[in-house]
Amino acid sequence: MMSLLSKLYPVAVAPAPAVDGEVIRLEGISKVYDTGKVKVEALRDIDLEVDRGDFVAITGPSGSGKSTLMNIIGCLDTPTSGRYVLRGRAVDGLDRDALAEVRNRRIGFVFQNFNLLPQITAYDNVEMPLLFGGVSRRERRERVVGLLERVGLGDRMEHKPTELSGGQMQRVAVARALAMDPDIILADEPTGNLDSTSGGDIMELFRGLWEQGRTVLVITHDPALAVRASRVVVISDGRITSDSG
Amino acid sequence: MRRPRPGLVLRLFLRSSRVQRKRAVLTVAAIAWGSLSLLLLLSFGEGLRVSLYRASRGMGLNLAILWPGETGRPWQGLPAGRPVRLRADDVDFLRQRVQGLAGVSGEIHNWRVTMNQGDTTVTGMVIGASPDYGRMRNQIAQSGGRYLDAFDHSRRRRMVFLGNTLAEDLFEDQDPVGRTVRLDGVPYTVCGVMVPKIMMGNYGGLDEDHAVIPISTYKSHFGRDTLSVLVVQPERPEHMPRVLREVHEVLGAKYAFDPEDDRAFGIWDTVETSVVMDRMLLGIQLFLGIIGTLTLIVGGIGVANIMYAVVKERTKEIGVEMALGARSSWVTSPIVLEALVFTLLGGAVGLAMAAVVIGVLAAIPTAGNEALEMLGKPTLSVPIGVGTAVVLGTIGLLAGYFPARRAARVDPAETLRYE
Repeated sequence: MMSLLSKLYPVAVAPAPAVDGEVIRLEGISKVYDTGKVKVEALRDIDLEVDRGDFVAITGPSGSGKSTLMNIIGCLDTPTSGRYVLRGRAVDGLDRDALAEVRNRRIGFVFQNFNLLPQITAYDNVEMPLLFGGVSRRERRERVVGLLERVGLGDRMEHKPTELSGGQMQRVAVARALAMDPDIILADEPTGNLDSTSGGDIMELFRGLWEQGRTVLVITHDPALAVRASRVVVISDGRITSDSG
Repeated sequence: MRRPRPGLVLRLFLRSSRVQRKRAVLTVAAIAWGSLSLLLLLSFGEGLRVSLYRASRGMGLNLAILWPGETGRPWQGLPAGRPVRLRADDVDFLRQRVQGLAGVSGEIHNWRVTMNQGDTTVTGMVIGASPDYGRMRNQIAQSGGRYLDAFDHSRRRRMVFLGNTLAEDLFEDQDPVGRTVRLDGVPYTVCGVMVPKIMMGNYGGLDEDHAVIPISTYKSHFGRDTLSVLVVQPERPEHMPRVLREVHEVLGAKYAFDPEDDRAFGIWDTVETSVVMDRMLLGIQLFLGIIGTLTLIVGGIGVANIMYAVVKERTKEIGVEMALGARSSWVTSPIVLEALVFTLLGGAVGLAMAAVVIGVLAAIPTAGNEALEMLGKPTLSVPIGVGTAVVLGTIGLLAGYFPARRAARVDPAETLRYE
């Protein structure tokens, strides 16, 4: 797997670069869910900087706010207050379509339950973000084939998700996350639905990506995965309680 | 930067479109039924319009019928209440003096003339009419015969043109042309029989029951040439008011009555009444259209319903697409497109069914049945097609718009959460 991964974007990113700038900067991020009767403070005054090439594990007990943080970093949700700068560009306060474009170009998502579109093939799933990004037909074909071959699914391109195993589905999801060559890979419990072997493969995949210089954020309460990260951020009750970085 | 991407929308539509077949079939059927109702109602309206139009032409186009009355006001020292009596030669006089006349005809009506042919006797109406009468009143001869001609008029020949029903009454199944009919005992030769026609309006009865003779012959036979009615036909319908005014001026000068005197003639202006009829028909068609549209809207609600179900079913996929960077419009457009496809598919099925129904109805003979003949044949027309397409398109768009709006409000963060 590692040797396969070393071929991923061999030119685009130099291996293990030194800190050459921050990718994510959160300043005083708060998120309050107002259900009408009760106000729930999911995040309280979070400050976080992630540099290029970091492999950050965000961990904490359930209900601690790590999913909310992941949604805000992934531009799936907007903070109630605070500032979020993604690679030099403020993204708080952008409208829905602008956020969609940020997600498309800058963020690659990997989910616990894979979230592949069930009725279309692995190939079509990986192609999806490229379609949204307006990539030309020829380049789409090249990238999709390249990515699927390099996650070891070159012979499964025309299979639908239901015809794939959990580990294979998650590898399709990783290929999809990489399709637009994003600034960060954002993974939410990526091994949560996998057996230990497949989970291990996926973790190696992420480590390989990090070794190539990619910025990887993993939300997990799996200590085995957190251990592989270069930096562990612990969240509890909406606040960062510990940060190894 | 945010240019529209129709190709992408089409691709997403083709990928995502898959609904339960049974539900889709039922929905398409509902739309087809609605379209069928709308099309048939409009077609019946159109058929009615066509047949009424034809019927209104049966009597003649753009006519004004004037019944001589009596003066209603004093004029130049003469008292009110004097009868206005027109004579046969006033017809030529009017033709010379009034501009823009397509035709002018005088008629003398004799309601009780005994007509004999062999052993058959019929009592009916004989009309002495000016040469223009036949053309103005659309009295067309069946093949083998002819209408009265100029020679008949100038030579006061005893020629008679028979209405088709009268001809049947007199001659049954014999060919009347060239045979003799006695009118109050005087022999006349039948020159022709009228082609049957539908008449919506009439004065003095239906043309099919009348016998027409030259007005000159009438005068020499019955010894009277006071016109029962005067009929004028302007070249263009919009000239009718001017023509009527000039008729009043010319005759008022000749017979010494005030041209403004509205009791000198009783007038039936068919141009005016046909405007009223057109409005009434438009009203009927609108009414039918509204009923049909309401039926179709019920089908549209069905489509909206199915699309709501589709959105609910696809919420997770919509969330995924949004996370991958789909704009709202890329999520909503395929849904609107799908609703439109359903609607237009149903519309096409409805159109095909309507064409079949109308074809079958057209094959049923209606000749002889006056009610059916007046109702006319349902007819599809281009405006009906365009109107139905517009209604279908609007309903399809609305049926897609509201479910699509719900899809656009999908919160990806909410749907992607692992359960």
